[in-house]
Amino acid sequence: MAIDENKITRSKKRNQSIAFCVFAVIGFLIVAILVTVLSFIVIKGIGVINWDFITKMPEDGMTKGGIYPAIIGTLCLVGGSMIFAFPIGVMAAICMNEYVKDGILKKIIKQMTNNLSGVPSIVFGLFGMALFVNKLGFGDSILAGSLTLGLLALPVVIRTTEEALKAVDDTFRHASLGLGATTWQTTRNVVLPIAFPNIITGLILSVGRVSGETAPILFTVAAYFLPKLPTSIFDQAMALPYHLYVLSTSGTNIEESRPIAYGTALVLIIIVLLTNILANILRKYFSKKVKMN
Amino acid sequence: MNKLESKQVNFYYGSSHALKDINLAIEANTVTALIGPSGCGKSTYLRLFNRMNDLISDTRLTGEVIIDGVNIYKKGINVDNLRKMTGMVFQKPNPFPKSIFENVAYGLRVNGITDKKFIEERVETTIKQVVLWDEVKDKLKKSAFELSGGQQQRLCIARAMAIQPSVILMDEPTSALDPISTSKVEELIHELKTKYTIVIVTHNMQQAARVSDHTAFFYLGELVEYGVTKQIFTNPNVERTQNYITGRFG
Ligand SMILES: Nc1ncnc2c1ncn2[C@@H]1O[C@H](COP(=O)(O)OP(=O)(O)O)[C@@H](O)[C@H]1O
Ligand SMILES: [Mg+2]
Repeated sequence: MAIDENKITRSKKRNQSIAFCVFAVIGFLIVAILVTVLSFIVIKGIGVINWDFITKMPEDGMTKGGIYPAIIGTLCLVGGSMIFAFPIGVMAAICMNEYVKDGILKKIIKQMTNNLSGVPSIVFGLFGMALFVNKLGFGDSILAGSLTLGLLALPVVIRTTEEALKAVDDTFRHASLGLGATTWQTTRNVVLPIAFPNIITGLILSVGRVSGETAPILFTVAAYFLPKLPTSIFDQAMALPYHLYVLSTSGTNIEESRPIAYGTALVLIIIVLLTNILANILRKYFSKKVKMN
Repeated sequence: MNKLESKQVNFYYGSSHALKDINLAIEANTVTALIGPSGCGKSTYLRLFNRMNDLISDTRLTGEVIIDGVNIYKKGINVDNLRKMTGMVFQKPNPFPKSIFENVAYGLRVNGITDKKFIEERVETTIKQVVLWDEVKDKLKKSAFELSGGQQQRLCIARAMAIQPSVILMDEPTSALDPISTSKVEELIHELKTKYTIVIVTHNMQQAARVSDHTAFFYLGELVEYGVTKQIFTNPNVERTQNYITGRFG
């Protein structure tokens, strides 16, 4: 039987254009959703944003004034959680990737880390309250909130650091060990510098994850209304995501504070966006630097 | 006395039997080429001599691997010290993310040498040995990544030589290089022979014929034939060797 070349070509062409259409529609939808959400927030929120908004205390039952303490609170919490999660997470990843040999133990730890990152954030909040606030007696405080957020970020930091370390070609390790270097010398002088740009990226992405969380700070640090800046790590603080929650559900006058709520959302989004941009800039900068040293 | 020796060596990755009863003796100050099709165990065999296979989990070794008359897998051997006796060069040039100078100085530093003058002298003589000095003497502080592939590979050879090992293991050291860089590395191998015992894995038959004194032909984890390179290439004893060398398979 003769094969109809033309028919095959035609059907190939048809499949090709169907596939193209489907992907184009999906692609368009994704972009459209993103643009709608973003522009919705921007349009609703841009009106209230000005210098006073980001540098003044809230006033009149949070229907007027700024969100300064919430911005500072969020920055403190993000910073605090990273001081905790970054060293521990990076060390855990180094231990797992450079020291522990493949085997049952490693599998179990891996599985636990993965499970940990699937735990709902409200559970972290409860745990943080039980351990840091009550058991260890930190009370509702930046310390307790930072530790809780740090726990939440830990699996992300561990996983991204591990990926970064895995991406380093083994021949670098072999070359260093072959010169009589110890595993630690090899890790410190060769593996970490090569992996550094990617580690930094992972760190900053986890900052993005942490800065928007509400549940973990709900019972551990967040203040409903606190028109002053924290003075120590044992103080309570306001935070952007929780402030947003309060404004939209339990403020003194929800309707009146609506614009401020959108303004707060916009500021939060801008902070997350800025961290992502910063992550990219730093990664590029350090990739270059790794080559220069 | 033989510099390197393996007696009845069997090596397993999990349950896969990668090296089968390998008996081989390599004389000091010679170049030995390991040839054979991909996956026949050449790299695995090479890595026995600096115990790099130890890093791979779920592996098993039987038999003896001997350097200077000592079984390097016996109890009580200090692996860090052992690895200093051998230098390794890899398929792709892999300089460290450091300056040209620091790449060569690395082996000295990790072994606790701090004398600045000593390090400077050693770095200079080693880079001269690999005939790279004239090309890099004005930019020792620059990143090693700025060098061409061929220069990087010679730098990696210098890095391996700086701690003055007596054995150099090379795993397809020129397969990522252009012909000119390749011939430079080959010339270098020729010169280094007077001081070092060199084992080189290569896929390039001409290269094996050009640089080596002895050739070992591996096939499916077995050592099929070992002998003087000239004889292996002109008059092999085993038909399979003949077929491989003349390109009938592999
Ligand atoms: N890290 C490893 N884990 C499991 N099997 C391996 C590993 N490295 C090599 N092998 C297997 O051992 C055999 C020999 O490999 P290798 O020594 O790399 O061969 P060659 O260098 O001759 O190409 C191959 O079958 C390969 O699949
Ligand atoms: Mg190989």
